[in-house]
Amino acid sequence: MKKKRSSILRYDGVQTLLASLLCILGGLLIGFIVLLIIEPSGAWEAITSVLKSYFRYSSAKMQLKYLGQVLTRTAPLLMCALSVLFAYKVGMFNIGAAGQYVAGACAALYMGIALKMPWWVCMIAAMAAGALLGAFSGALKTYCNVNVVISGIMLNWIALYTTNMVLSMDGIKNPMSPYTMQLRGLNTEGLIPQMGLNTLFGNEKSVTIAIPLAIVMAIVVWFILNKTKFGYELKATGYNFHAAKYSGMKENRNIILTMMIAGALAGMGASLLYLTGIEEWETTISSVPAMGFNGIAVAFLGGLSPIGSILAAYFIQHITMGGGNVDLSVYCAQISGLISSLIIFLCAFVAFFKLAIQNRLRKREEAALLAAKPEKGGENA
Amino acid sequence: MILLSQYTLLFASVLLLVALGGCFAERSGVINIGLEGIMVIGALGGALVMKFLPMELGAATMIVAVILSSALAGMLYSLLLAVAAINFKADQTITGTAMNMLATAAATVGVKAMNTAASGGNDVSSDIVYTRARDAFIVRFGNFEFNWFMVVALVALLVAWVLLYKVKFGLRLRACGEHPQAADSVGINVYKMRYAGVMISGILGGIGGIVYITAGVSSWKFENGVAGFGFLALAVMIFGQWKPFKIALAALLFGFFRALGNVYTGFDFLKNLNLPSGIYNMLPYIISLLVLALTSKSSLAPKAEGIPYDKGSR
Repeated sequence: MKKKRSSILRYDGVQTLLASLLCILGGLLIGFIVLLIIEPSGAWEAITSVLKSYFRYSSAKMQLKYLGQVLTRTAPLLMCALSVLFAYKVGMFNIGAAGQYVAGACAALYMGIALKMPWWVCMIAAMAAGALLGAFSGALKTYCNVNVVISGIMLNWIALYTTNMVLSMDGIKNPMSPYTMQLRGLNTEGLIPQMGLNTLFGNEKSVTIAIPLAIVMAIVVWFILNKTKFGYELKATGYNFHAAKYSGMKENRNIILTMMIAGALAGMGASLLYLTGIEEWETTISSVPAMGFNGIAVAFLGGLSPIGSILAAYFIQHITMGGGNVDLSVYCAQISGLISSLIIFLCAFVAFFKLAIQNRLRKREEAALLAAKPEKGGENA
Repeated sequence: MILLSQYTLLFASVLLLVALGGCFAERSGVINIGLEGIMVIGALGGALVMKFLPMELGAATMIVAVILSSALAGMLYSLLLAVAAINFKADQTITGTAMNMLATAAATVGVKAMNTAASGGNDVSSDIVYTRARDAFIVRFGNFEFNWFMVVALVALLVAWVLLYKVKFGLRLRACGEHPQAADSVGINVYKMRYAGVMISGILGGIGGIVYITAGVSSWKFENGVAGFGFLALAVMIFGQWKPFKIALAALLFGFFRALGNVYTGFDFLKNLNLPSGIYNMLPYIISLLVLALTSKSSLAPKAEGIPYDKGSR
């Protein structure tokens, strides 16, 4: 399929971008219809305030401050998306990213609050915890043939309840509230350093090197998957397990390793949120935090590319913050959750959409070929 | 002890209904990860009827109306999966995951909008209260609260068995999950059969949803979804090896462990162990992982499940 004079639609990246934009548009459109049904008079204002997000503040300083908050929350989401897409490239659907994220939060906060460790120790602990959970899923898959989706979901809940128990211990949980104690007051070493980044964002306290760190990780994941022999082997295992096995790759090791890396990415994501002090863990929470599941949305919206995921993660956090701007006496903030879930649902059609574009292009090409040389058949891709 | 058996039966009913739903979808060749979402929407459909149907119509009307509306809501919602997975050949795992997220988000937005509008902006919760309507389903024998939903689950089990093994429809459905090309070659419409499988799973999942939210409480916060019960049901289905009666036994086992989490404080020896409640909450999930680890090696899953059927690939 590499011909000159071909249309721009031919590039895979362009097709993916187009498909993602279509998903976003579709999600927004259905979201808008839902708003119209709830209350038509304010629907337009509501959907624009979701899209405007922090731009609704008039002063540049406030805009920067809230942009900083959006970016701080983008970093962990991006990590979860990387976790999902890394596993997906190896043929596994890592719905367990949510649980690996929870395990990461548990380890990071335990190290930070109970043991007063510096931030990088906490982060490594979070990665280790996520990796452990991921490896467990991978091992169950290779040795016991348990579907990664099912084991991931079970481990999500196990991780959630374990984390609630661990973080409810004396000295970690705030005795006055269901939340853990604030890291900022107890162990400033445990906070990810800002290195002056906060001054760029209206002195927003939560802006730290977590943001560039997440972007670096996205590039590392891209590099491993596309530029190394290791990544090539992993992808080969995902494409065809048996072929990989017969060509001498260690297929079982590859699967466990993939899940370990995916778990470490999600675990690190949690440390990037909880070690900035923007949020505490709620020890009575009864559902798995949405971050990991949103990671799935981001990974697919980003066309399963690490670089695309950066944009997608930002977009999802942008509209999530925007959800809080709607008139809460008529609508509710969850409208942005609804829009993002609609977007993922539409993302399931991306493959079909791309195939449709390719089919059309091929038919056009075949027609052109037939017109030129009637005796020869069309080229088959 | 009575309380434990009551909750065991109730939770087993939920798991049985939903797992049978999953079984129908998978037997036809479609993996239904979206059961959790179907449960939420089914629960919403039932809860709305419980809230708005006047009690004066009598208990029997209430029971029938609630079950029908849950089943209908679940079935309509399952069409999302059917269209995506069967017509558009979309990835079934992504579709199912999206459906789970979508269901909770949509139910939350819908119920909040309803409550906000009804209260003029004072009540922005996502709760539906159905205290009185719930009584229609309960018959008390001493301390034991018999629930009509237990009968529904039992009937569903028998019907499922007959449908799958005793009539032509079941044979055809199973053929589509094992070898759709062969089924097609003898004139079975694979797309139609898969639609039927997914829609039956929607009906059963929807009813399972309303049973779950009315099991122990008389109001439900839709923000919370159904706490992974749809997934637990999938584990039950796998443990039950895609066979109705084995699924029923598995549902009883899992229901027991789930019930233990609700009522363990009533047993002195369990209370004296002084374990945090989190341990009991985790139990069903730990057990199901263990069980899956031990039983998945020789999987009896339908061979063509999860693979979109393409007529051209014969």
